[in-house]
Amino acid sequence: MDHFEVFGLPRRLAIDTAEFQRKFYELSRRGHPDFHQGAPPERQAEILEASARLNAAYRALRDPIARIEYLVRLEEGRETREGATVKPKAPPELLEEMFEIQEALQEAQSGQPGGLDAGAKATLGAQRERLRARYEQEELRLRGPLSQAWDAAGPAERAGALTAFKESLAARAYLRTVIDDIDGALGATEEGHVSHRRH
Amino acid sequence: MSRIVGIDLGTTNSLVAYVDEKTGRPRVIPDRDGQVLLPSIVSFTGEGVLVGAAAKRQLVRRPATTVYSVKRLMGRGYDDVKEELPYLPFTVVPSEGIVKIKIGSREVTPPEVSAIVLKSLKERAEAHFAEPIEKAVVTVPAYFNDSQRQATKDAGRIAGLDVVRIVNEPTAASLAYGLQRIREGLVAVYDLGGGTFDISILRVKDGIFEVLATNGNTHLGGDDFDRAIVLWLLEDIRVRHHVDLARDPEAMQELRLAAEAAKIRLSADERTVLTIPFDDFTYHREITRAELEQLIEKLVDSTLMPCRMALADAGLSPSDVDEVVLVGGSTRVPLVRRRVQGLFGKAPHSQLNPDEVVALGAAVQAHILAGGITNMLLLDVTPLSLGIETLGGIVSVLIPRNTTIPTNAREMFTTSVDGQRVVDMHVVQGERELAKDCRSLARFELSGIDPMPAGMPKIEVVFLIDANGILNVTATELRSQKAAAIEVKPTYGLSEADVERMVEDSFTYAEADVEARLLIETRNEADTVITHVERALAQGRQLIGDEEHRSIVAALTALKDSRASTDRDRIRDATTAMNRSTEHLAEMMMDAALKGALASRRADEVMEK
Repeated sequence: MDHFEVFGLPRRLAIDTAEFQRKFYELSRRGHPDFHQGAPPERQAEILEASARLNAAYRALRDPIARIEYLVRLEEGRETREGATVKPKAPPELLEEMFEIQEALQEAQSGQPGGLDAGAKATLGAQRERLRARYEQEELRLRGPLSQAWDAAGPAERAGALTAFKESLAARAYLRTVIDDIDGALGATEEGHVSHRRH
Repeated sequence: MSRIVGIDLGTTNSLVAYVDEKTGRPRVIPDRDGQVLLPSIVSFTGEGVLVGAAAKRQLVRRPATTVYSVKRLMGRGYDDVKEELPYLPFTVVPSEGIVKIKIGSREVTPPEVSAIVLKSLKERAEAHFAEPIEKAVVTVPAYFNDSQRQATKDAGRIAGLDVVRIVNEPTAASLAYGLQRIREGLVAVYDLGGGTFDISILRVKDGIFEVLATNGNTHLGGDDFDRAIVLWLLEDIRVRHHVDLARDPEAMQELRLAAEAAKIRLSADERTVLTIPFDDFTYHREITRAELEQLIEKLVDSTLMPCRMALADAGLSPSDVDEVVLVGGSTRVPLVRRRVQGLFGKAPHSQLNPDEVVALGAAVQAHILAGGITNMLLLDVTPLSLGIETLGGIVSVLIPRNTTIPTNAREMFTTSVDGQRVVDMHVVQGERELAKDCRSLARFELSGIDPMPAGMPKIEVVFLIDANGILNVTATELRSQKAAAIEVKPTYGLSEADVERMVEDSFTYAEADVEARLLIETRNEADTVITHVERALAQGRQLIGDEEHRSIVAALTALKDSRASTDRDRIRDATTAMNRSTEHLAEMMMDAALKGALASRRADEVMEK
């Protein structure tokens, strides 16, 4: 049973969030181990398994981007676990700037004791902002037009839609890594900015 | 189904609660003296083991064998705790991954010490219901990792309790509030206890309590506030009295207890005076709330980052939160309240007693499990990401943090060499990229694989995090559908055999005669009073007249005589009489101390000008 089937949903990306959550609560109420403590051990094991499956499906489908990642794996019939991402690849239009950024990062990592000078910090900071904007743009594209394209695709167009997902996910993963690296170089715990690892 | 109680096994205090069938309300169970809180302290004396208030009275007398705040050592390795060991008056030694506490020639593990506390609560509940109690829901900090949870479960087993569920403290508290006070919506539970800090963000809707995200620090709490005060007092004593008390365990305990008491008073008062009689001098010091806040500000502020991280994980900003609930004794500190209110922009709830609310919630969860409540359901999460170490020491995440539990993840393994019969995996918990920066949970060894060319065997490993937040691993060789044998080597924890042995030991040790134990307690209390009176007479003789002095000495002699007898009532009466006869002297000494403190403060002010 795949994650969409657990919720009785077709393999489509548009999901009504409120309805999805209502369904999750309803299924939880029906099958949570807390309500079946008196059941015989084999039955308890089944309930635990079903509950774990429900929660794994909830985790995979709740977030629109995670949903796409799961869909890609499912369509490709890969046995890899959740959380495995597509190989990060730089978006082509950013290649030139990436050289510059990587150079600055290497300098930071080679580490003069005083760290980066003010100029380098300002440059990296500005670039980080641009990358963040680009990252958000990539997410919007994934959740918007690309997801709609998949939902509207006939059998012949699906392969193309999947390829588009994979490219976009790879660009997003790449941007995430670089942004995290810059965060690291600039000092991770700036006030108001949460920079621990994302999934 | 048999009765299930709810237990809050705290750093400082522990308590037990149940849901009253008639009213449907959770209730805490008091002991014979009407006390609800059981200090989480265990004292090993030559004559037996003391627990709770009786053990607390031994803190100063027997610092080396009186164990407190043991929760901070649960499921921990030596490297995790070595920085705070200099502040503990008892000796902690490394032992095969975990730590042990040296009590004379014996060594005990943290779960064994916790088991003594649990057993005392079990007995309390048994006395209350006049029936055996075998099952309990026990709470832990939400941010406890797998090893710490397992250690808590082990403690239950050693105490003869089947821990049917481990529940997170902030979520337990939300259940207790949820019964009556919380509106539906987004709730933040800020839980700052004696040794641990948790923040949990929940969505409450139609009786479902869904945790969206949790964060925290399992090494931050009121103990750390006390330590900050103690370090400041040590310095003050060094300057004003030219003594260094840091190496004197008894004095350090006196300081710690005085610091804790002053901290508590400063939640209500703007200023307070500490008076600690030492052998050679009496230490007086006035401390204001502003001074306290300066000492603990950094610690309090360090709770805010986990709050922001939890909000970010839940995809929320502070203003989205509808209700803020305060839990844990340390949330009585005004600075903590101000900071929480500042972050969320709204006044927090604290109607329920922050010391009791977690136990009440545990009782509610116990009642749900027993089938007594069917319209409430708690959906909790795993606080830390679970992963396996892959090539190059990189962590591959299998189950991300804040995933609703129970949950599972599957992973395929194969062999890399022809004929390989064993596959190893290293499971870690944490948010860092490299396995060495995460918490090592266990090494698993899959064995009994049929010899095949490399890459041919397909072993499916299922990682299941159960509703307790504890990991279970099973493996199947898919070709043969044979369950693969797994040997687990927990990095920090007791083996199954260790726990079995401790369960047996606890039966042999613990069935000591109750009457004998009570006699020890009464004698110990008499000893404490004798010490205090002798010290008071030495220091305050000039404050009282001859007649009063004579009557005190007479009472003292009577008390010393009674102590030698085995008549518990006689010793207690003599102790009471002793206390009564010194009331006036105590008052006079307190007055003198206050004057002294004020005088020295005035002197300070003059110096400053």
